[in-house]
Amino acid sequence: MKQLLSALRRGDWKTRLSFVVMGFGCLAHGQWLRGLLFLGFQVVFILYMVFLGGDYLSGLRTLGQVETTRINRVTVYGDHSFLLLLYGVMTILFILAFVYTWAVSIRQCHTAQQLSHRGKRLPTARDDLASLLDEQFHKSLLALPTLGITLFTVLPILFMVLIAFTNYDHQHQPPGKLFTWVGGENFATLLTSRETPVSFRITSATEDAATLTITARNGDILTAATDDLAAAQAAAALTRTGEADFSLTEQPGGWRFEVFTPDGQTVSFAASTVIAVETPSYAYTFRQVLIWTLVWAFFATFLNYFLGMLVAMLINQRGVYLKKLWRTLLVTTIAVPQFVSLLYVSKLFAADGLVNGLLLRWGWITQPLPFWTDPTWARVTIILVNIWIGIPYVMLIATGILMNIPADLYEAARIDGASPIQTYTHITLPYMLFITGPYLLTSFTGNINNFNVIFLLSQGMPLSLDLAGNAGATDLLITWLYKMTVTDSNYKLAAVMGVMVFVVCAAVNLIVYNLIPSVRNEEGFQ
Amino acid sequence: MKKKKLGAHLLLTALCLVWLTPFVLLVLQSFRGESGGQVAYAIPREWTLDNYAFLLQPESGFLRWFANTLTIALFCAVIQTIMVLSVAYALSRLRFRGRRLLMNLMLVLGMFPGFLTMIVLYYLLKLFGLTQGGAVPGLILIYTASSGLGYYIAKGFFDTIPRTLDEAARIDGATRFQVFWRIILPLAKPIVIYTVLMAFMAPWGDYVFASYVAFGAPEGYNVAVGLYRWVNTTDYQGYFTRFCAGGVVVALPITALFMALQRYYVEGVTGGAVKG
Repeated sequence: MKQLLSALRRGDWKTRLSFVVMGFGCLAHGQWLRGLLFLGFQVVFILYMVFLGGDYLSGLRTLGQVETTRINRVTVYGDHSFLLLLYGVMTILFILAFVYTWAVSIRQCHTAQQLSHRGKRLPTARDDLASLLDEQFHKSLLALPTLGITLFTVLPILFMVLIAFTNYDHQHQPPGKLFTWVGGENFATLLTSRETPVSFRITSATEDAATLTITARNGDILTAATDDLAAAQAAAALTRTGEADFSLTEQPGGWRFEVFTPDGQTVSFAASTVIAVETPSYAYTFRQVLIWTLVWAFFATFLNYFLGMLVAMLINQRGVYLKKLWRTLLVTTIAVPQFVSLLYVSKLFAADGLVNGLLLRWGWITQPLPFWTDPTWARVTIILVNIWIGIPYVMLIATGILMNIPADLYEAARIDGASPIQTYTHITLPYMLFITGPYLLTSFTGNINNFNVIFLLSQGMPLSLDLAGNAGATDLLITWLYKMTVTDSNYKLAAVMGVMVFVVCAAVNLIVYNLIPSVRNEEGFQ
Repeated sequence: MKKKKLGAHLLLTALCLVWLTPFVLLVLQSFRGESGGQVAYAIPREWTLDNYAFLLQPESGFLRWFANTLTIALFCAVIQTIMVLSVAYALSRLRFRGRRLLMNLMLVLGMFPGFLTMIVLYYLLKLFGLTQGGAVPGLILIYTASSGLGYYIAKGFFDTIPRTLDEAARIDGATRFQVFWRIILPLAKPIVIYTVLMAFMAPWGDYVFASYVAFGAPEGYNVAVGLYRWVNTTDYQGYFTRFCAGGVVVALPITALFMALQRYYVEGVTGGAVKG
């Protein structure tokens, strides 16, 4: 910014004209390659903005207003919200790139002016090209990767973050339907519990029986049938003010509703059938899935870490033979592609799998063990199987580091009479934690996003009626996101989930970054 | 003292048994002649090679999937290595304006779940006909385009090469490109091999991207998607032993390759873990 101002103030007319005609200064000073590139970029940009970009930007405001319709069996295509948003984001990125290039071009024209003013030789086109392998080598190295990352990561992520603020789902799928901006509604769906007043409404009634539609505090809708019309009417009357609450208990032959108000009035009646119509809230599900994701990441990271370190120490001991063989055997779980090993293990523990089959045949159990069908069993099984996958990684990493711990530290500890446990907690563990801090961090965030282990083992099963959006007891945020995208076409909530995963990872990173010094130490070895 | 070491050896033997049992079972099942899904005994009553013969038949689709995956893996090994090493080298050994900013941006990008980008990428790929049957080039593009984001381990390695080497060469008049090509790259052989190995192995295990891009078109599957469908959606009872055979066929070359290059892998992960 400062450089732009000084270019405007101190520049001659050639430099000043470069503010309007990009690269003019470079051309005027004989740097035709730079000048032509800048000028060409400007021409392309102006043409793009006049013919396409303007429309795309204005499309961003509403994401389309004309729906696709069929008139006399002819499909008349209207606006396409998805493309409008996509092209809009692309246009914004293009404008940003233009502004940056514009600033660079002015700076270069100004430099060219200053150099020729002092009578120095200006870099020619040949020099410019040569510098791409020397002073500007980083540009040659980074050009392709940056382009790839911009198109395949930055653009899609920007797009999806914006999708989080729209109502793009299976009911609003272009090209047939439009979607539009809804503000923070999706975030509210996922983060805040629904709070609705309890209401009992009688939907149909005969002389002595009634059907009720009941809205619960958390937004669930129940239908119930009762023989007690009078009580049902009383309940409906009690809930009219919106302050009443109710409880539902199971009893022989049906259910019992008890409606009570803050000032102590109660009504209770028996209902023969109760059906919950609506699925539970996304907010509740999100909390459950988030908790399990963090619990999983914690165990998957630290259990593997400590067990892997123990195995490494076991093999490292003096007097253990065949060190290489043990390591190689354990490493097979890294070498075999996970979809082979995990899919097979998943089948191994299935109800009809070999483990249950053998246990049944030996008469140790009479029922198959519910490895994948009971929520707690499934979670524990997943964590245990993950140890099988994860220990070898830690073992490999720990082996090298353990051997680097200065032997005189142990010697001194031995002379001072420290027990093995004291040696471990005062020497080995602090040293390991210090060195492997970065590994623990990446491993933790990697586990938060560990799609493969969950999906190949349990697909997030078992499903639960308590959870919304097809979420199961072992679903992580990332596998739930996958289900929302692939199964439910619920793109808006998938996008919100993506943002939430980012928030969780960023929070973990920030906390750890401030706790562990070795994460920050970039140039320690140079 | 002697007794204690016996315990350690017993423990290690037990551990390795647990570690290898699933693989042994997998191999045994792949030779099983009896039909049906899973059975309650480990050793087949009737041994056969039919399951492997089935893989070779064109109508099973397996050969196609294997060829698809191999193609993807080879392309990834080349392109991804160039991308990763370029980024890692530039960020590690060159100093330029905006370097820290770039690293921070990449760190932030890495915290978004990769699958999130899939909805948009699918759309873009579809525009160019790179989904379903054309999934192979589409997947190569997806795997490699953003692979520069995974530069950390290679950068950690470059960081450890002494800077005095560059400086000496620069004084002798070498350009920065020559320093990279003639001096650092030959020293970086372990990390080059590590990067190639990782890039080559990753496509064999990818289910999530491959299943999304090739959705509904078996000719575009990779081995992971194809074999996953054998055990989870189609006729599971009939395909279980064939899945086992397919798993063995895929796992053998990959495992052999990994074991052969294990030294470089260890160097990569330990270096990466220590240096971030």
